Amino acid sequence: MAVCVAVIAKENYPLYIRSVPTESELKFHYMVHTSLDVVDEKISAMGKALVDQRELYLGLLYPTEDYKVYGYVTNSKVKFVMVVDSSNTALRDNEIRSMFRKLHNSYTDVMCNPFYNPGDRIQSRAFDSMVTTMMIQVC
Amino acid sequence: MEGLTLSDAEQKYYSDLFSYCDIESTKKVAANGRVLELFRAAQLPNDVVLQIMELCGATRLGYFGRSQFYIALKLVAVAQSGFPLRVESINTVKDLPLPRFVASKNEQESRPATSYSSDSENQGSYSGVIPPPPGRGQVKKGSVSHDTVQARTSTDQQEPASPVVSPQQSPPTSPHTWRKHSRHPSGGNSERSHAGPGPFWSPFGEAQSGSSAGDAVWSGHSPPPPQENWVSFADTPPTSTLLTMHPASVQDQTTVRTVASATTANEIRRQSSSYDDPWKITDEQRQYYVNQFKTIQPDLNGFIPGSSAKEFFTKSKLPILELSHIWELSDFDKDGALTLDEFCAAFHLVVARKNGYDLPEKLPESLMPKLIDLEDSADVGDQPGEVGYSGSPAEAPPSKSPSMPSLNQTWPELNQSSEDTAIVHPVPIRMTPSKIHMQEMELKRTGSDHTNPTSPLLVKTSDLSEENKINSSVKFASANTVADGYSSSDSFTSDPEQIGNNVTRQRSHSGTSPDHTAPPPPPPRPQPSHSRSSSLDMNRTFSVTTGQQQAGVVAHPPAVPPRPQPSQTSGPIVHRPVDADGLMTHTSTSPQQIPEQPNFADFSQFEVFAASNVNEEQDDEAEKHSEVLPVEKPSDPASSLRVAKTDSKIEEKTAASTPANVSKGTTPLAPPPKPVRRRLKSEDELRPDVDEHTQKTGVLAAVLASQPSIPRSVGKDKKAIQASIRRNKETNTVLARLNSELQQQLKDVLEERISLEVQLEQLRPFSHL
Repeated sequence: MAVCVAVIAKENYPLYIRSVPTESELKFHYMVHTSLDVVDEKISAMGKALVDQRELYLGLLYPTEDYKVYGYVTNSKVKFVMVVDSSNTALRDNEIRSMFRKLHNSYTDVMCNPFYNPGDRIQSRAFDSMVTTMMIQVC
Repeated sequence: MEGLTLSDAEQKYYSDLFSYCDIESTKKVAANGRVLELFRAAQLPNDVVLQIMELCGATRLGYFGRSQFYIALKLVAVAQSGFPLRVESINTVKDLPLPRFVASKNEQESRPATSYSSDSENQGSYSGVIPPPPGRGQVKKGSVSHDTVQARTSTDQQEPASPVVSPQQSPPTSPHTWRKHSRHPSGGNSERSHAGPGPFWSPFGEAQSGSSAGDAVWSGHSPPPPQENWVSFADTPPTSTLLTMHPASVQDQTTVRTVASATTANEIRRQSSSYDDPWKITDEQRQYYVNQFKTIQPDLNGFIPGSSAKEFFTKSKLPILELSHIWELSDFDKDGALTLDEFCAAFHLVVARKNGYDLPEKLPESLMPKLIDLEDSADVGDQPGEVGYSGSPAEAPPSKSPSMPSLNQTWPELNQSSEDTAIVHPVPIRMTPSKIHMQEMELKRTGSDHTNPTSPLLVKTSDLSEENKINSSVKFASANTVADGYSSSDSFTSDPEQIGNNVTRQRSHSGTSPDHTAPPPPPPRPQPSHSRSSSLDMNRTFSVTTGQQQAGVVAHPPAVPPRPQPSQTSGPIVHRPVDADGLMTHTSTSPQQIPEQPNFADFSQFEVFAASNVNEEQDDEAEKHSEVLPVEKPSDPASSLRVAKTDSKIEEKTAASTPANVSKGTTPLAPPPKPVRRRLKSEDELRPDVDEHTQKTGVLAAVLASQPSIPRSVGKDKKAIQASIRRNKETNTVLARLNSELQQQLKDVLEERISLEVQLEQLRPFSHL
């Protein structure tokens, strides 16, 4: 269902980015990059007082005519950005949330791996396969 | 086959291989066994192997004669060099390197030890490390340089030993030979028997330079456990394992690895040959792993934290990416720590990887943590949970049919009502064999109760209810059928909740059961419905539904008493009229509701109650209804309609239904077929309820009330259950028919009403004016 999935580190560099192979993958990369601003805006809008209560799911960051971009941020300021196709109207908010939850769980598993150094690119095959299942449905 | 010209080296090599494969010295080698191993070790795709076999004529002959074997080997070399497989290529391709064979699994197993042992130490002079050289004189270790001659001699010496012997000789063959051999046929013996000419070795060595480098790498990779463990292992005659395997074994077991392998008794391993399962851990290996585990974590039931495991496995010098993948595979419970089983699995994977096996995508069965115990978490702790839970989610796919929601709305009340009446409900569920299903149902029930306040039904007015009813009726029917099927499938316990359960069951099957282990929902659930329907006033206000619920609720408690078997089909029907009366009262209060149907349904409920020895309550309820009776005028036509309807269903019921107030009168009819009736009634009631949302809840409640008793009896008697199921099904059909008729009546009445209203409107202007 997702067209592009990206995991952005706290310092705003990508730990993992993967798109449905199309001709305009760069466009997805760019969209993810620009969405980071929106994410930061949403985070800061919460205010310091609300940090604890801040919800991890940020919701729709911004819609374009073809795609919608959703965001999710963890407590360690690692951001998940997902681009979905706008034509996929059947996608409900709950489904997006569940997808982010899955992403978060897989990311946690990757973190638990002692051989993974935080800040490295995510090369876990399990994570890859999980993302693939999320993206496969697009096709 | 055409003539084959072999170089000297090839000749020698091939003859060695043939001898190796020709165990019985019959000069022909069967296609199975060693030859296959050999070819497998060549690391060629299966179809290529088949093609080779075909080309060389073995398939034709059925076995490998010497010539066939040689041809096959040559073809292997051709294939490995990347040339197309052609018969003529065996002679045309020049300077073909010798076919390369990777060590077999057995060898692989012993390899880990060997590989480990083949540390840089191997590369260095082995002499120092070499354990007592076996009689083979394989002390070639010293010569890192390709001392083919030595190797040859050693192999020669070994040759007489025969393949089997190799293992026994622990001693490491010269490292370089090992390296060279690394690619050799798994037999290992072939290497020994290789005594090929010198040039034979060199080209081979060159061809394998890459592999030797790899070997060296392997040796480098052998985990140099800081502990002496590795080294100490080396001391012990590596023979055991290394030899068994491959050339590696021949080589140098001196190294630590051999030690490790030694401990694992590779030889045994080799012979035991886990041919079938490359991932199986042999006892020796396991023992070795356990020992290693102890060095890090003395408590075998404890965990190895991730950091220590990382250090340990980093020693194996595998790339971090691979180690990371191995970790992913082996940390089954994803807790960042390794238990003994996880550690063994990880170690085994490391060993396999070092021996050239590719890592699987998912953990092989044999490496799964063993102590998975769904019931009680064993030492392995989380793993059982993992496995257990992995199964459970599958059971409860969250797919809920769209119809479910509407059903859910109706169910909650019923569930609630049934719950309060029958604290029994949870019990039967627990007792059912399919605990999980039961639990799911419980959860569903509770969940549904929670999720669907009775309000939807209560709020619904006739206008809305109509289509809802239709929908719900349809679904309800389906739910019933499902329920029936379900109940039959497993000793369905809670009948009362049956309806609710049916729905829940459907949901549970399709939906997610959050946790099977959750205890059945607490009984108090009904309270909400009760609260809503607790007051008659509220009932009136909310129209039928609440009243029905109340009635149902009230009725339920008494309904608990065992309704033995659903033999009483009439019961429910009898009740129905009664209920109908009550409903009528309620319905009259609710302007919108179609009078007869709600009443009708109520009556059935009442009947149920009556049947279930709840006559008193029925009376009470009837009285309650009678309070409202004065208000109801349409009750009469409704009752008549009801009567008609009931007639269609059951004569008894009709008789009972005639009088709007004859709730009591109907009771006598009810008793006989109580259980059956109840079941049927529940369905009947359910159906009418479906039609009329308001009443549905009451009916359902009644049904549920009746159900509790049934389940118990049912649970005890499968036949009874099945009989009841049949009866229920019959009731279902009857109810369905009734339903359709009622709907038809409903439509008629609505039309009448509309016409009346139109007339009224026409008349009104005059009045206004």
